[in-house]
Amino acid sequence: MSIAFLIIALVTLGSAAVAMSLRNLIHSALLLIASWAGIAAFYLWAGAEFVAFAQLLVYVGAVSMVVLFAVLLTRQSRVDMAIAPDALRRIVAALLAGGATLGVLFGAVVSAPLPIAASATPVTVSVRQMGQELMGTHAAALLIVGALLTVALLGAIILASTGREDPPGVAPPAVAPPTRKTS
Amino acid sequence: MTLVQLSRVTPGVSDWFFQSLSSPFIAAAGDSRLERLPIIARDLLTSRLPEPWRWWLNSLLAILVVLFGFAILFALLTLVERKVLGRVQNRPGPNRTGLPFTKLRLFGLGQPLADGIKMLTKEDIVPRSADKLLHFLAPVALLAFSILTFAVLPFGRNLVPVELDAGILYFFAAGAGTELAVFMAGWASRNKYSLLAAMRALAQLISYELPLLLSFVPVIMMAGTLSTTGVVEAQAGWKFGFIPHWHVLTPWGFAAFVIFMVSALAESNRSPFDLPEAESELIAGHLTEYSGFKYALFFMAEYFGMCALSAMAVTLFLGGWRAPLPFLEIVPSYVWFALKLFALLFGFIWIRATFPRLRIDQLTRFAWKFLVPMALINLGTAAFWSLTCNWSGPLQLARWAIALALVAGPFVVMGRKLSRDYAPRTYRYA
Amino acid sequence: MSLSPLQLCLLFSSALFCVGLIGALARSNTILVLLGVELMLNAANINFIAFWRFGPAPSPATGVMFVVFSIAVAAAEAAVGLALVIAIYRHQKNIRLQEAVRLKG
Repeated sequence: MSIAFLIIALVTLGSAAVAMSLRNLIHSALLLIASWAGIAAFYLWAGAEFVAFAQLLVYVGAVSMVVLFAVLLTRQSRVDMAIAPDALRRIVAALLAGGATLGVLFGAVVSAPLPIAASATPVTVSVRQMGQELMGTHAAALLIVGALLTVALLGAIILASTGREDPPGVAPPAVAPPTRKTS
Repeated sequence: MTLVQLSRVTPGVSDWFFQSLSSPFIAAAGDSRLERLPIIARDLLTSRLPEPWRWWLNSLLAILVVLFGFAILFALLTLVERKVLGRVQNRPGPNRTGLPFTKLRLFGLGQPLADGIKMLTKEDIVPRSADKLLHFLAPVALLAFSILTFAVLPFGRNLVPVELDAGILYFFAAGAGTELAVFMAGWASRNKYSLLAAMRALAQLISYELPLLLSFVPVIMMAGTLSTTGVVEAQAGWKFGFIPHWHVLTPWGFAAFVIFMVSALAESNRSPFDLPEAESELIAGHLTEYSGFKYALFFMAEYFGMCALSAMAVTLFLGGWRAPLPFLEIVPSYVWFALKLFALLFGFIWIRATFPRLRIDQLTRFAWKFLVPMALINLGTAAFWSLTCNWSGPLQLARWAIALALVAGPFVVMGRKLSRDYAPRTYRYA
Repeated sequence: MSLSPLQLCLLFSSALFCVGLIGALARSNTILVLLGVELMLNAANINFIAFWRFGPAPSPATGVMFVVFSIAVAAAEAAVGLALVIAIYRHQKNIRLQEAVRLKG
């Protein structure tokens, strides 16, 4: 195990954990983006180049923007931010549940007889190979994902649209309204 | 530069750099001494060193050469831009500042230096309520992301800093980080005008990211690779001995090149798409609360982004470092690359001097209703082009005619539709 | 006790999963809950890559393929989820999950 893995893991976990505990939504969103970038670094470390860049492009480039826009569009007043009385109980419950899950998962991972790769040489997948797989074995999945993304796009637009219909074909006035200085 | 022959960050193979060194740069048989000059110069410096050190020093040299090369290019570009703008507007441009401590003026060559000193010595003002950390991080992140994109550009034959299998994807993944920096700048300033301007800038960047990414998909389709060197390889050779196989010289390639350059203009916030920081109308958009060296960093990142996108356009469409004619191959490849890059950068400056600024609604409408559909149709044109690659004789003419029609038809139809809403302005009181 | 690389990767991913889980359970802000779910998805992706890289793979590209599709689905999920958040905000003027108790607007 290399130092690089430990650093990547610590940065990713740390920024994710801090992001989940911060009050300031923008800060936590930015830290989460750092955590996603850390995951991309993990993919790069593991030799999955294409996936790493895809993760960067999708998460750091696109999802981050959607998240930040959503945060800004739903700005709350300060009063809303006040902690509700049941929040502490919920946090304790969440920590207990999360800790229990963590314990179970750690126990399972450490004790399970995991298969170890027979060959020491790492497998690498070239982009060409991936493209052929995508168009060959996984062509159906590719089509379905395309349909899913289209549906998601339309659904998101319908959900977020205000329902207020602009009259069709209205373009901003071609001629700027005359502004005359009253003198 | 090739110096870093580590092609892939593959873990476990801890001796990758020894492997890469056991096969040092092998010059192609026809390479002239001039062509290999960067490699020879590097070997002169580092060949005496033991193995791991040599690899580290080679990488460091590559990074330094790229960084300093583009930093000097940035300094010169600021001067050239002002000179060209002056020339277009029939005035001399900066011509007073010469070499320090001498009487030499050299057409204002000292201007970048003077500007740099001015920027460095200005007071760095941070608003009291600003988010100090993010306010500081925004320009740094922006510059870092735009420098990262230089890593995969092939500057010449065998001169690519990092040879990546998914190089083009890397380029645009690293470029995606700039949006984040713009947001950070706008939000950390705690100024509603900055924030609004940042949101406008983001809307613009996101809108134009789409045609930018879609426009080069045909190139990847044709070249069959995502690596930058592979794309340059695919454009080798000449038809009839004098027409280079550059992508821009095909119908789909020309359309894609134009879409790419227009989107690149918008992505690098250049006029006529410089709404986010329209200096004559808004204050400076999301840069309002920045001053001194941080402002200079934003400025630098903008120019770096412009250079990187132009270099990418050269690689994708203009044959990369390849010479336009066979007998011109005696000129080294990096010179060709630089010449093409300068030509595109000059185009950027020329456009800035010529076109008026767009309005925000015109801007987004242009992206969504014109560029994106054009890029999608262009994908179909490229598919047609690759399906008919073995047509010959009169069929070849038909192939060209159909492809040209596929490009020109939608252009005319959509252009008409787009411009119908915008009748020529009539000025009643002017 | 020495851990194999695969086990370390799995520990990393399960820790990330639990961070996401705790965030999704503890926070009342809808956006943060969504981001917690995103983190859990990412943790699952890390598992795929870890098994692809360190486990005996039946076909060399399966793990990578799965992650590519998973990223696409996660992107769709994020887009729809955040559109939902905005719709909720428009209804009740805040995005606290506790107050989103009505099925009718």
